[in-house]
Amino acid sequence: MQFSENWLRSLVNTDLDSQALNHALTMAGLEVEEMQPVAAAFTKVVVGKILTASKHPDADRLQICTVDVGNIVNGVSVPLQIVCGATNARPGLLAPCAMVGAELPGFSIKEAKVRGVESFGMMCSSKELGLSAEATGLLELDANALVGQDIRQYLDLDDHLFTLKLTPNRSDCLSITGIARDVAAITGATTHFDAIEMVDAETQDAMTVVVGQTTACPRYCGRLVTGINAKAVTPEWMVKRLERSGTRSISAVVDITNYVLLQLGQPMHAFDATKLSGDIEVRFANANESLLLLNDQDLALKADDLVIADAQGALALAGIMGGKASAVSDETSQVFLESAFFPPAVIAGKARRIGLSTDSSYRFERGVDFGNTRNALEYATTLIKQICGGQAGPVTEVISTLPLRTPVKLRLSRLVSVLGIPLMQADVAKILTQLDFAYTLSDDVFTVSPPSYRFDISIEEDLIEEVARLHGYDHIPAIPPVACLDMLPAPETRVHLNKLSDSLVATGYQEVVNYSFVDESWERDLLGNANPIKLKNPIASNLSVMRTSLWGGLLDTLTYNLNRKQDRAFLFEVGAVYHKIDATYVEETRISGLAYGSTMPEQWGVTSADIDFFEVKAHVEALLGSGSEVSYEKAEHTTLHPGQSARILLNGKAIGWLGKLHPKWQQHYSLSKSTFLFELSTEAILARKLPAYQEVSKLLPVRRDLAVVLDENIAVDAVLCTIKSANIPLITEVALFDLYQGPGVPENKKSLALSVLMHDTQKSLTDSDSDTAISNLLQLMQNKFGATLRN
Amino acid sequence: MSDLTHLIPAAIEDFANSATMNDLEVAKAKYLGKTGALTDALKGLGKLSNEDRPAAGAAINVVKQAVEGALTERREALLNAEQAKQLAQESIDVTLPARAQSLGGLHPVTLTLQRIEQLFHSIGFEVATGPEIETDFYNFTALNIPEDHPARAMHDTFYIDEANVLRTHTSPVQVRYMENALKNNKTPPLKIIAPGRVYRVDSDATHSPMFHQVEGLWVDEDISFANLKGVVQDFLQKFFERDDLVVRFRPSFFPFTEPSAEMDMSWNGGWLEIGGCGMVHPEVFKHVNVDHEKYRGFAFGLGVERLTMLRYGVNDLRHFFNNDLRFLSQFR
Repeated sequence: MQFSENWLRSLVNTDLDSQALNHALTMAGLEVEEMQPVAAAFTKVVVGKILTASKHPDADRLQICTVDVGNIVNGVSVPLQIVCGATNARPGLLAPCAMVGAELPGFSIKEAKVRGVESFGMMCSSKELGLSAEATGLLELDANALVGQDIRQYLDLDDHLFTLKLTPNRSDCLSITGIARDVAAITGATTHFDAIEMVDAETQDAMTVVVGQTTACPRYCGRLVTGINAKAVTPEWMVKRLERSGTRSISAVVDITNYVLLQLGQPMHAFDATKLSGDIEVRFANANESLLLLNDQDLALKADDLVIADAQGALALAGIMGGKASAVSDETSQVFLESAFFPPAVIAGKARRIGLSTDSSYRFERGVDFGNTRNALEYATTLIKQICGGQAGPVTEVISTLPLRTPVKLRLSRLVSVLGIPLMQADVAKILTQLDFAYTLSDDVFTVSPPSYRFDISIEEDLIEEVARLHGYDHIPAIPPVACLDMLPAPETRVHLNKLSDSLVATGYQEVVNYSFVDESWERDLLGNANPIKLKNPIASNLSVMRTSLWGGLLDTLTYNLNRKQDRAFLFEVGAVYHKIDATYVEETRISGLAYGSTMPEQWGVTSADIDFFEVKAHVEALLGSGSEVSYEKAEHTTLHPGQSARILLNGKAIGWLGKLHPKWQQHYSLSKSTFLFELSTEAILARKLPAYQEVSKLLPVRRDLAVVLDENIAVDAVLCTIKSANIPLITEVALFDLYQGPGVPENKKSLALSVLMHDTQKSLTDSDSDTAISNLLQLMQNKFGATLRN
Repeated sequence: MSDLTHLIPAAIEDFANSATMNDLEVAKAKYLGKTGALTDALKGLGKLSNEDRPAAGAAINVVKQAVEGALTERREALLNAEQAKQLAQESIDVTLPARAQSLGGLHPVTLTLQRIEQLFHSIGFEVATGPEIETDFYNFTALNIPEDHPARAMHDTFYIDEANVLRTHTSPVQVRYMENALKNNKTPPLKIIAPGRVYRVDSDATHSPMFHQVEGLWVDEDISFANLKGVVQDFLQKFFERDDLVVRFRPSFFPFTEPSAEMDMSWNGGWLEIGGCGMVHPEVFKHVNVDHEKYRGFAFGLGVERLTMLRYGVNDLRHFFNNDLRFLSQFR
């Protein structure tokens, strides 16, 4: 909502200056988004009248003018000599004249010689006064302008444009009257609204109005005004107020309806009455009915579109926009004026559905004062008669059940406890009076009847908010709450997600945050997901589907940084991925990492080597915590190298992936080195075992090393897991310390060097005990994997 | 027996002339070895009479002790010298750079989220979460924003389908949390913060289509608007580590709180908007069956990127999602 400060001040006299008014409005919930002076600061510019203009002897484009600026010395008018370059400078023209000593935006005016001719001022364009960005010549003023009058006064330039960012609940402030009313309530100033005169009927010309849908249109006022001059010129004062409210002047009739809307907040419509036939009807649209709107939009009406119609069909989309066929034009000689009330629920969403938001729909969907419908019509009639002439007919008013303004109870005790400040009965009474809210009072309970222009007062909290607003949020202190001190639970068997991040950070990974929506091709090609969840209204085509893996973003971040001369990147992200399973959307938080480049950053004393699968595997294991039953199985993934990818299992359940980026993707992303990726479901890996003490043996363990030869295709993890789960007596730990293939080991075989720890908590082990255990181990390996002891 | 005292200076000299441990052993043998002068002298004691033997033995021992003392002294001196030599050889340039894996780091938005969680945890707030693909019901309707309400148009919503959106704020977590709490017979006080990603169809220098919010909710029997201001002000003072920071509330409108306020924070002589807040609207309580006569609550929503920018002096929102390592590595 944009408006002129001076217009507002004409309705409410407050002592506040512009800045203070700005602050007061903002602090009362009418946020001032912008406050702009109408014109930049300048001084000593007056209305000047060019008396004579003659060519400059030494310059083709210049004229020497004598300009009357109302300067009278000893009873004699003394014009100024001014050299002027504007092509529209001519005798008789009235234009702004900056006198010697004037300060204009960016420069000042001094006595000067222009090509040898003395000049005592400057005739100005609107650009030179800072009123517009461009100008073609002097700003031409009305012939009736008072010569010598300060131009700021003449053009009413000491004014500000206020733009309010109004919240949807404050529809009462969508008019200058409403704002003035609130300023009065906030500041205690008085308003002076001109009384609206009822215009007596001068003719009996009237339209019959049939309101079929009284709940959709509880109040409709219409009136014919005949014999008008639609070509009449809108008066300057009205044009100025409209323009300063951001509304262009179009024609007198349209300007008047817009003016009433701005002044009173009542959307008006004027139909060209000669284009109407039969009765006016307010009804919902018929099947297959269409309407060509004023903006040339040809609309197929829906059954819940409320229309104003005549015998021929829909004329206007009620409360939103008029139709083209019945629009007023310069030729219009009689208008049918409409002022109606449509409840918010009837209009809400209708304009947006057809891609529109009009001044009218904006107000109706928030709430228009139904107590003012008739007044607005009368005021518009007055203005039409004043500006376009014509004779008014009688008002046709159809009124049914208007919205109830049910009295709302406000308990002082409730107010005090919600706000937390000790307001007194008298404070509240004063505020309600300032707001012009009628109330009765008994036992500290106010019963308040909200006015018709307030659509936001229906429960006690609404009144509490109003009282707080008028009391001033600034006057509510910041008070720390007093509460019970209960400690929060601290489960030890579940680590905080932060701990996983910390583990990666300690290993050298940098966290990144990528968008949750990604390029569809990442899903389709990189991840093999043909059916990602699509956004209906993506912000860009490359951000159109929801991700099912964080890898696309990590690879994108990698290339972004490689393009910026990074040669090494360890990246990770924690975030959700999104799946649709049957009809349900399922989200899962993942932790995902990428490693590219050398294992260690380049530094002295370290031979540079690129990171490999098993180093990244260690990073993954650090996330899992000790005591987790994790295993890896060879499996294929569209993103990964088929020979270097593993599905990660926790207690047999798949929880993630680890592997090297497939060479085809490496090529696709132009990566010169191998890239390793992992991704885990965080939910699966947050669980930890509560440490449980076990007796520490006083006896020392026995270690035996052995090498076994087995088929090269047997996974080491399978061997170690089998040994572990076999629980061979005395054997407490078996670890791989070397892997060998080559001379001495048959083809297609590999040799595993294992260290075996044996332990008995009760007695020291004898050689024979150890031999038995080792022999059991070898037997197991022989049976399960065909392994033999290497000689 | 002859006087042996002359051996003492001789031994001292021999020992002093021994430059190495080996030399010293050789020199030692001359006096104390199997055929050394003192050993011989001791062997000779047997030939003496019982009367003479004690005095002679004592005299030899005096000399022997002196020689042994000199030997020990020299041995220690040699050892010390050898150790000093070795230490000198092992000396390194301690100013050489440390050798290590490079440092990783957290994203600055995460740093802020962690700080927020930590501060609210310290006064008993738990962390709650909710889905990012949210139903229209939880994102709007349950928050008292019915279909076609003008407030919906202010949200610039990403739609998934008719009934689902990308959540436009973290406020739906309030509703889900209260609903669940009551289902599990947990009654107020309820104190949560709900951090997370939110989405709006908006992208320019100062808007990102994805950003982070933290929602806060405190429901209790005696919680007021003044308390809301108290908690928010306390938080901001602690977050920015500035005791002089004050919070200003401005009347505003959110369908799910009343009274509602915009929160401004004093900053460099002016005011900065940092989020919205208010007292939980009775309609929201009704949706989750909380007795709004008995209980009151406050809720607030903070913009995480905004707080991060102010905290670290970041001047461009877009840095957060470009993930340039030269930017990210500044927060380690």
